Amino acid sequence: MTTVNTLEQKRKPPVVVIQPSRGWVGLKLKDLWLYRELVYFLTWRDIKVRYKQSVLGILWAILKPFMAMVVFTIFFGNFAKIPSDGVPYPIFSYTATLPWELFAAALGVASRSMVSNSNMVSKIYFPRMIIPLASVMSSVVDFFIGFTILIGMMIFYKVTPTIATLWLPLLILLALITALGVGFWSSALMVRYRDVGYIMPFIANLWMYLTPVVYPSSMIPEKWRLLYALNPMTGVVEGFRYALLGTTQSVSGGMILVSSLIAIAVLISGMFYFRRMEKQFADMI
Amino acid sequence: MSNLAVRVEDIGKQYNIFQETARYITLREKIVETLKTPVKTLLNPTGSEKFWALRHVDFTLDHGQVLGVIGKNGAGKSTLLKILSRVVEPTEGLAEIHGRVGSLLEVGTGFHPELTGRENIFLNGAILGMKKSEIERKFDEIVAFSEIEKFIDTPVKRYSSGMYMRLAFAVSAHLEPEILVVDEVLAVGDAEFQRKCLGKMSDVASEGRTVIFVSHNMSAIQRLTQECIILDKGAMVLRARTPEAVDYYLTNDFSASGERRYTEEESSSAAYPFKPIAVRVKNPSGQVTDSLFSVDPLTIEVEYQLDADITGLRIGIYMMTSRGEFIFTSFDTDEPEKFQSMSMRKAGHYISRCVIPADTFNEGRFVIGINASSYMVKRYFSDERAMNFSINTTGAPGMHWVEIRHGPIRPRLDWRIEEIA
Repeated sequence: MTTVNTLEQKRKPPVVVIQPSRGWVGLKLKDLWLYRELVYFLTWRDIKVRYKQSVLGILWAILKPFMAMVVFTIFFGNFAKIPSDGVPYPIFSYTATLPWELFAAALGVASRSMVSNSNMVSKIYFPRMIIPLASVMSSVVDFFIGFTILIGMMIFYKVTPTIATLWLPLLILLALITALGVGFWSSALMVRYRDVGYIMPFIANLWMYLTPVVYPSSMIPEKWRLLYALNPMTGVVEGFRYALLGTTQSVSGGMILVSSLIAIAVLISGMFYFRRMEKQFADMI
Repeated sequence: MSNLAVRVEDIGKQYNIFQETARYITLREKIVETLKTPVKTLLNPTGSEKFWALRHVDFTLDHGQVLGVIGKNGAGKSTLLKILSRVVEPTEGLAEIHGRVGSLLEVGTGFHPELTGRENIFLNGAILGMKKSEIERKFDEIVAFSEIEKFIDTPVKRYSSGMYMRLAFAVSAHLEPEILVVDEVLAVGDAEFQRKCLGKMSDVASEGRTVIFVSHNMSAIQRLTQECIILDKGAMVLRARTPEAVDYYLTNDFSASGERRYTEEESSSAAYPFKPIAVRVKNPSGQVTDSLFSVDPLTIEVEYQLDADITGLRIGIYMMTSRGEFIFTSFDTDEPEKFQSMSMRKAGHYISRCVIPADTFNEGRFVIGINASSYMVKRYFSDERAMNFSINTTGAPGMHWVEIRHGPIRPRLDWRIEEIA
């Protein structure tokens, strides 16, 4: 038992105090930072598994937004004659479908993430926020695969990218923040109420029609536009069109600002709600 | 600096009963419930009774000590470990942990079948809280320990279950925590694996690290620990030197009725969909009794309910001496034909019954343990000390000599005496 002392001299072990918490608790972002490598590994696992399991993985990532674009073009573009801010309807809808699919996919995996990783949650301690975070990050791969089609379409329709393209990374981040914020809420709720799993696809579906994916925001009366931008995905989608196609009819700085503020508010509230529910996860999952 | 490793002060954990039966509810139910009885639901949002899985537990543990935790199923052992490893939060009290807690109850957690051995080592290491650099440093050692060098780049779904276990254990064993928590790990895996676990545990203990060891296996407890605490119904009953604690435990809470019934609380939700109902011993006339004659066959019944279908389920009994030595293990689907025909056991209410032939046991008390598992898939439920019974050897072979016969069994052998010449 003499080794005890040498062990202790080598490194002073960290002291952890375990105590019940009540109500709203701190976010413990420092803990999250300590476990940053786990975020990386889980993201990497999700990506690896997704593309390992199905040969169709990559093809699917291309087909999904592409087929949606084809259907939208035929029904909304050709038959319903929905205006498209002066750009060809296929590329108009594809530039929106792409970030929308990113958001919808990220939200979907994030919502299910706590329940699908239940065996980890019920056995090991780590900051739980890592799970939805990693699942949101893993869904960007599909987005980049789908993006190659967009580049092809831009060449086909002879769209030259402008300096505004530099906004893209920020807009992608905005989509991810929104997905993560809602994902924190829905994944925590789903641990408690499993039927949230059935409700989420329905919400995502409705949400798409509240977002200018198949129609431009310029169809919305001017005075309602800022209100319309309370949906953060409005800012993302119209921002995408502005950044890639240079359309200016539908977008404004105010719109992007409102969308960003709401996205951040959703994220922060989601984190606090998640942390509040966290202590019950292992008991209920 | 003090030598304190763990300090637990008045720790308690309260669960809602509903969490034990149905752990989650639906939003629809919640809304309907709230509309029906708004006042009640608002005052008592969980709408259910509560019980304490653990309460008023106090102890301290110094670095280098090995502490055993013993108690029946449902006594709160797992809850205690979960609190100490920060998986669940206590409802009251305080615990102070000086150092990193590693546990062998999470062997293989986060392993993904599609990933290779190499990938899983990194993933599992990260989940257990190791840094990437730390895993890289120990990588070769982990691979060597697990003896799977050749298959390190093969997806683990192609591993045999033994290889899988070895790899999973190797990663956990190299975490080198200051405090190691072990929960019944010895009940899973093959004998070789169990030896390895025990070996690793005594290594860890001899290195002067702290170990908290939960087990039903009294011989392992006696070999590995110096001190034990006994938990019963969530309360700490005793803390004493191991021999004293084991003695106290073995003599104090055996029921003497020939039947052990399980309450709702004892059938933990982790066992779902398996729910134990009772274990019984019957004499040849069908009476439930705890004292039997060795010259009679005896019937053991395990009654249970399945709330969902289980594939490959086997119900087993362990037979042990009162000192905790195993005599034999037997499963209800030991016959290959039976295993085939019962490959899927439907939800329902069952009794698995076996008859132990006459002239099996020697005089003394014997312990029956039960186990419900699907081989290499899941151990639903296990109670290594479900109940006990005593054997009276009146009429047994050799009773005309008044002397003690060694050994737990007393078979009637077919002796022939031949005169050669």
